[in-house]
Amino acid sequence: MNNVTTWQVISTIIARDWRVAMRRRSDILNPLLFVLMVVTLFPLAVGPGPDVLGRIAAGVIWVVALLSSLLGSERLFRDDYLDGTLEQLVLLPTPLAVTALAKIIIHWLLSGLPLVILTPVCALLLKLPMDGWATLMLTLLLGTPILSALTAIGAALTVSLGRGGALLSLLLLPLFIPLIIFASAAVEGALVGAPILGQVLLLAGLMVLTLTLAPLAVAAAIRVSVN
Amino acid sequence: MTSLDSVTSHPVAQQQGTEILLHAQHLSSTRANRLLFRDLELSIPASSVLYVAGPNGSGKSTLLRMLAGLYAPSSGTVSRFATDDNETWQRQTLFIGHKPAVKQALTALDNLQLQAQLDGAQIDDPWQLLETVGLLGLEDIPAQQLSAGQQRRIALTRLWYSRARLWILDEPFTALDQAGINLLQERFAEHCANGGALVLTSHQPLTWQPQQLQTLTLGGGHE
Repeated sequence: MNNVTTWQVISTIIARDWRVAMRRRSDILNPLLFVLMVVTLFPLAVGPGPDVLGRIAAGVIWVVALLSSLLGSERLFRDDYLDGTLEQLVLLPTPLAVTALAKIIIHWLLSGLPLVILTPVCALLLKLPMDGWATLMLTLLLGTPILSALTAIGAALTVSLGRGGALLSLLLLPLFIPLIIFASAAVEGALVGAPILGQVLLLAGLMVLTLTLAPLAVAAAIRVSVN
Repeated sequence: MTSLDSVTSHPVAQQQGTEILLHAQHLSSTRANRLLFRDLELSIPASSVLYVAGPNGSGKSTLLRMLAGLYAPSSGTVSRFATDDNETWQRQTLFIGHKPAVKQALTALDNLQLQAQLDGAQIDDPWQLLETVGLLGLEDIPAQQLSAGQQRRIALTRLWYSRARLWILDEPFTALDQAGINLLQERFAEHCANGGALVLTSHQPLTWQPQQLQTLTLGGGHE
C-alpha cells in the first residue's frame, strides 16, 4: 500500500512551492519592494520631522503590509488552478484542509516572514521611536499569519473567476480591519508606556482562531472552485 | 439541446465473481443548464477498459471528473470498490485530467519526485523511469521549456510507479507522438493484466485490443 502521511503531504507541498518560488524570485521581491518604496516616500511627502513621522510610523507600516499582502494574493492558488495541480490536491487521500494549511504556511513563509524581517528597516526609515520596535515586530509576527490565512480563503474563492483581483480585495479588506485596529493600538500603547498585553493577547487569539478555522474554509472554497 | 446516452456497444460478459471496482447508477449531469447525460449506468470490473467516446462538449470530461470524485453528480450515485471510505478510494484511484499538473517552473526530475512523494510512492531509480518515458537527458530543463508532448510525458510518468488500481485518464494521448501512444498502450495492457482497470477518453481509436472493452458513447447522433 502506498501510504502517504499528513506530514509528508504538508512538507512536500511546502517544498514544491518553495522551489517554484525560488525560480521566480520576482514574485516574492515585488511586494517587498512595494513596501520599501512606500516607506521611503512617506518622509519625503509628510516632511522628515520626527514628531509627525514617529506618530504615524506604525500605522503606515501596517497599512503598507496589508496592501502588499493583497498584491500577491491572487497568485496563491492561480498557478495551481491553471496547471491542474489544484485538482490533484483535492484528490489526495489526506484531508483537503491539511493541504490548505500547507499552502497557508508556505504563503506566510514567502510573504509574511520577509515582511517581519524587513520591519526594523521600515521603522528606521520612518523614525519610529525605539520603544515601539519590539511591539511592532510582535504585532506583525502575530498578524501576518492571519493575513496569509484570510488571503488564502479569498484566493481560493476567486481562483476560478480569472480576473478576481478587485473582488478579492473587496472581500478581504473588511476582514483585515480588526487586525489593523488592534495592532496599531498596541504599538501606540507601547510608545506612551501603556500596557499592551490586552491587544497582543487579542491578536494572538485571532491568529489561533484563523489558523484553526481558515483551512476548513479554504478547503470548502477549493472544492467549489474546481467544480 | 439534450444529449442522449447510448450505452455499451460491447457489453462485458459479466462473469461470476469478477470484482467490480466502480459502479455508477442513474448518473446525470447538468452543466450550465444543459443536460449532458442522463440515467447513465456503468460498472467497471477489474482488468477492463471503459472507453468513453463522443464529440467535443458531450460531457466526457465531466463524466470522468465525476467518476474521480471531483464533481458531485447532479443525481445518481457512484460506488467505489464497495467502500464508503473516501481515503481508501483516493489511494486506489489515479486521475490525470487534461491539465497535466506539471509545475512549469520545475524540472522534469523535480516534478516527478515531488509528485511521487505526494502519491506516497517510493521511487528507487528515477532515472530509469525518465528513460522509460523518454525524458532522459531533459530532466534538468524547466518544464516550461519542454514541448507539450514532453510535458505530458512528465505527467504520465505517474502511471509507471502508481499502484492505484483504477486509472481515470482524460485524453491521455493528447500531444503524444506515435511512439508515445504505443508506449502508453503497452503500459495500459500491463496494468489490465495486473488486475487494474482503466477509464479513458480519446479521439483516437485504440490500436491495442483489451480483453474486456466497454465503449460508452456520449452525445446523441454520433457514431
